[in-house]
Amino acid sequence: MYKAFLLRYSEIGIKGKNRYMFEDALKNQVKFALSKVEGSFNVSKEQGRIFVEAESEFDFDEVITALKRVFGVAAICPVVVIDDNAWDNLTVKVGDYVEKVYGNQEITFKVEARRGNKNYPIPSPEICAKMGEYLLDRFDNLKVDVHNPKVRVHVEIRTKAYVYSDVIKGAGGMPLGTNGKAMLLLSGGIDSPVAGYMIAKRGVRIDATYFHAPPYTSDRAKQKVVDLAKQVSLYAGPIDLHVVNFTDIQMYIYDKCPHDELTIIMRRYMMRIAQTLAEKNNCIGLITGESIGQVASQTMQSLVTTDAVCTMPVYRPVIGFDKQEIVEIAEKIGTFETSILPYEDCCTTFVAKHPVTKPSLKSIEKSELKLAEDIDRLVEEALKTVETIVIK
Amino acid sequence: MEAYLDNAATTAVEDNVAELMIKVMKEDFGNPSSKHIKGMQGENYIKDAAATIASSLKVLPKEITFTSGGTEANNLALIGGAYANIRAGKHIISTVFEHASVYNPLLYLKDMGFEITFVGTDRLGHINVDELLDAIREDTIIISMMYVNNEIGSITNLEEIIPKIREKKKNVIIHVDAIQGYGKFKIFPKKIDIDMMSVSGHKIHGPKGSGFLYVRDKVKIKPIIFGGGQQKGLRSGTENVPSIAGLALAAKNIYTDYDKKINHLYELKECFVENVLKVPDITINAIDLDGIVESEGQIKDFEKFKVNIRKTAPHIVSVSFKNIRSEVLLHALEDKGVYVSSGSACSSNHPSLSGTLQAIGVEKELLDSTLRFSFSFHTTKEELIYACQCLQEITPVLKKYVRR
Repeated sequence: MYKAFLLRYSEIGIKGKNRYMFEDALKNQVKFALSKVEGSFNVSKEQGRIFVEAESEFDFDEVITALKRVFGVAAICPVVVIDDNAWDNLTVKVGDYVEKVYGNQEITFKVEARRGNKNYPIPSPEICAKMGEYLLDRFDNLKVDVHNPKVRVHVEIRTKAYVYSDVIKGAGGMPLGTNGKAMLLLSGGIDSPVAGYMIAKRGVRIDATYFHAPPYTSDRAKQKVVDLAKQVSLYAGPIDLHVVNFTDIQMYIYDKCPHDELTIIMRRYMMRIAQTLAEKNNCIGLITGESIGQVASQTMQSLVTTDAVCTMPVYRPVIGFDKQEIVEIAEKIGTFETSILPYEDCCTTFVAKHPVTKPSLKSIEKSELKLAEDIDRLVEEALKTVETIVIK
Repeated sequence: MEAYLDNAATTAVEDNVAELMIKVMKEDFGNPSSKHIKGMQGENYIKDAAATIASSLKVLPKEITFTSGGTEANNLALIGGAYANIRAGKHIISTVFEHASVYNPLLYLKDMGFEITFVGTDRLGHINVDELLDAIREDTIIISMMYVNNEIGSITNLEEIIPKIREKKKNVIIHVDAIQGYGKFKIFPKKIDIDMMSVSGHKIHGPKGSGFLYVRDKVKIKPIIFGGGQQKGLRSGTENVPSIAGLALAAKNIYTDYDKKINHLYELKECFVENVLKVPDITINAIDLDGIVESEGQIKDFEKFKVNIRKTAPHIVSVSFKNIRSEVLLHALEDKGVYVSSGSACSSNHPSLSGTLQAIGVEKELLDSTLRFSFSFHTTKEELIYACQCLQEITPVLKKYVRR
């Protein structure tokens, strides 16, 4: 029945002179999302909306799923196309549409008309009134309510006519590519993919860094991170995943530093390395999945010490979220099931049984002095051997 | 150098098996149920396969039912056997160190109202016979025992146990999971009085997804898969002809030059144990080395050493490494081209610790520090010596990094 989709956006409507840039970005993202589903589509922007018209057979559910992943889309309206817009045909076809979608349901409605084709003989207000009349005559189960109708039947007349009434909520946010690029510190856990998704939702493209520590972490753990990045990329577009071998740095820290400070010091080196990779890859911010107090390395005091090594802003979109709230988003975006696979990540062997929860920056910095001899070489070596996996 | 020491998880398919399977898939692809000549060709492969396997066990071809592997064979034996004999009782006996493909069907049967008794083992992985005999009741219908344990390579002494069971209860159904035993031992079910026996193809250089269940004539068992009534209605579904043909050829291969192969495997096991004993802070599970090995890992009584090794399966060695997590060691070995398992590969995706190791009383700290090395007759002594050298090299480093 549906042959087209009308996509509404909200926020970019208010962006003034930059508007065309936002619209073009959105159009590109819609095209990209649809390139992954069966069928061919024409995507155009017009009058503050994006219009998608199918040029071949397609699977409705598949298209809706793809469109729901495009940031910047506030709502998706499946549209029926009526080729012949002559009034008598139009009324019958709109009536057929209402019958098909709402059947015998008792509903209140209102017709909203838009006349793109100003040569059409009937002006918009009259289209509303006459179409409403026609529908009331034809169906006993309809009632008009112009203030608070349950259903708004939209009729748009151009060379063809378009009718729609169903409004499906979109992903919201802003189109990708309208807001720069940031580096996500991606682990195999639940939080970091969610964090990446949330920042990408604001129009930010992302790269990701993963710290691999063989033999303490397995290739399956790495594969799990690749799979997570793939899932996030369904929303966030292509991701360059940088895999850093962290084993030697980890062992060196273990050899030299107090064990209750291991995690903090390791995290500081991860941030340093991620920041260097960010700079190399034109990223202007870091993203982590930290949430205050979730683990020892995420207390306020710990965050102070990890933040201290960064000159770039560190975005922590789930900072105030409870675990359950993060899990809900992870389930929604489809990363949860992968995140909970039981392959160990970098942390387990090198986590002290009783880590410091309130580290002082001074004492951490003092401990790091013990690494002076070799750490720069090890970091350089790690940066030299980065493996970059392009996830499309 | 590369050393694949995970042959208890799975083995490489032999060339002649792969060639035969391709021929069956591409040329002789008829459905055995089809009435034309192509169908008959397919049927003949099945008949020949049943005959080959039956002769290796000295049983009748009609007593062989092909399955999708060891797991299905165990499920069919236990679930099919339990429901077919429900009027005789609802009590089943098994052991605490069975494979998941026995253990989980039994838990399912428990949910369905059957009563299951799990019998313990000693530290070498031998079933407590008295406990087993004491568990037998009027309403016991099935006793299921593993022949060779997949994690530690212990052998169940069926020749000793089965007559004692029969003495106590003649008509109980005895099922043996011989998935790690078939091909390593000559097993004659009728001579040692086994009623049902499960075998898997991919442990003997056959294809994955192949296996069979031996069911002694006159033993009642119900199907668990229903459909077109193939294999006398006991296992519906178009027969997997290429796999079945491949399985039979693998069976034939494995019992050709059998003595030579088994001798080679035991020599490998001796060589490996001798060398791995030199790695500090290790424990070898399920081989009786009391009074045979000195503290530095030197073997002082070689004769007894050999005898005791031959009381275990020829292809599996379980070793515990103090203060090293098995998964880390596994990946460190992987990095050197040595492939092994922690626990059993089938269950190592689960973080739960090995039931078998707990059952034989391995110390708690070692449960997560145990690796399984398993060989095939293609394995060489050089590979084993290389693996032990890698262990010598890696373990001191890994031991340094423990969680504190």
